[in-house]
Amino acid sequence: MWAFIHKLGSPKWFYAISTRLQPWFWGAAAVLILVGSAWGLAFAPADYQQGNSFRIIYVHVPAAFLAQSIFVSMAVAGVIFMVWKIKIADMAAAMMAPLGAAMTFVALFSGAVWGVPTWGTWWMWDARLTSMLILLFLYFGVIALRGAFSSRDSASRAASVLAMVGVINIPIIKYSVDWWYTLHQPATFSVTSRPAMPVEMWAPLLIMVLGFYSFFIAVTLMRTRSEILRREASKRWVRELAGEVS
Amino acid sequence: MPLFREPEGGAGVAIRATLKRDLVLMMRRRSEVLNPLVFFALVITLFPIGISPDPELLATIAPGLLWVAALLAALLSLDSLFRSDYDDGSLEQLLLSPQPLPALALAKVAVHWLLTGLPLALMAPLLGILLSLPAGSYAVLALSLALGSASLSLIGAIGAALTVGLSRGGVLLSLLVLPLYIPVLIFGAGAVQAAILGDGVSAHLAILGALLAVALSLAPWAIAASLRISING
Repeated sequence: MWAFIHKLGSPKWFYAISTRLQPWFWGAAAVLILVGSAWGLAFAPADYQQGNSFRIIYVHVPAAFLAQSIFVSMAVAGVIFMVWKIKIADMAAAMMAPLGAAMTFVALFSGAVWGVPTWGTWWMWDARLTSMLILLFLYFGVIALRGAFSSRDSASRAASVLAMVGVINIPIIKYSVDWWYTLHQPATFSVTSRPAMPVEMWAPLLIMVLGFYSFFIAVTLMRTRSEILRREASKRWVRELAGEVS
Repeated sequence: MPLFREPEGGAGVAIRATLKRDLVLMMRRRSEVLNPLVFFALVITLFPIGISPDPELLATIAPGLLWVAALLAALLSLDSLFRSDYDDGSLEQLLLSPQPLPALALAKVAVHWLLTGLPLALMAPLLGILLSLPAGSYAVLALSLALGSASLSLIGAIGAALTVGLSRGGVLLSLLVLPLYIPVLIFGAGAVQAAILGDGVSAHLAILGALLAVALSLAPWAIAASLRISING
């Protein structure tokens, strides 16, 4: 078991293993997202209150899930990098950050679009919206900090520390924003108090969530692989792969 | 007979020496102590000009304005926290010393709070008068700022330590630190708001204290790790 993990930590082995894994995740992502969106957008029954506009949930909720999980994975990768000095973890963290920021933006944007038919406005200072917006700024901070260092090693370690600090703060921010909102006014709109969904509605949602996760894993693998090639470009196995050395 | 002898005492002596050195240095550069205060007063002056001089309107938004302006003033002073020590190399000496770095970093942050956070908290009631802040909330304003700015100094020091090695870290520093300031802002401004409405403020102050306790126990290690990254990089 430990031998396998150590092997996975070496760029060469990770590259080899991910070559075999990658197509499966791409395939799963394509099938799940296609089935989920077709089912959710065309076949699931319309909501009795919101009509067809509720179908945006099939993009909104998976994106919001990913936005939060990616930050946590980034921090976990940061811990692995700082404690065990496994470079793959840092490469993965670096590659995850822009995807996480993009997913946070997708969640915010789809939420704003959804807000127009249901709340009659693009933006509400609702607790969830606010904490998502703060999450977006946290992503920007991590990406900007990594880009600001000229030495890659310092950049990696600084970004890891910031991701860890951020992940400790995310629950604190979330609960304080909830508190702030309830102080100001009672919750007029709440995503959680919607009537429980029937199976025909949440089954495609579950499929979409799984599809988004597969997509995240596939993209991270793909980007980490190209990052490995970039950082290890002078290594013998990479040059053999490129056909420079026979 | 060794040429150099370890000084008597351990971490306690080192912490006291760091405290004293930083206090003396800051008192010699008085403008660095005064500038955040002047900035605070200036920003507060801008709001009535920009929004409206109407006392009733100002009174309703005063708690938030005072807190946001104090937070920005504290943020501005952060960049100088480790900057001069980094430039003249004394930060490296601090890292090389056999004493625990988190404790020494905590001493530096304590001086920063003593000369930035505390004066801001003491000055806030004065500016509250300008914004016609309702009576009865002045003590809470000062107290919440004194408690909250200690957390702000601790959290901000992490960002300052991460960016001290960068030549233009100023804007990046605010990008890193401001999202982390939000919980403190919520409960700090909330305490003043509650005092105005006549609600109990102890819950808000207790949470500010809890945030400070968490920051006190975790931030020194993050600051120390960040300083090591910045120096070695």
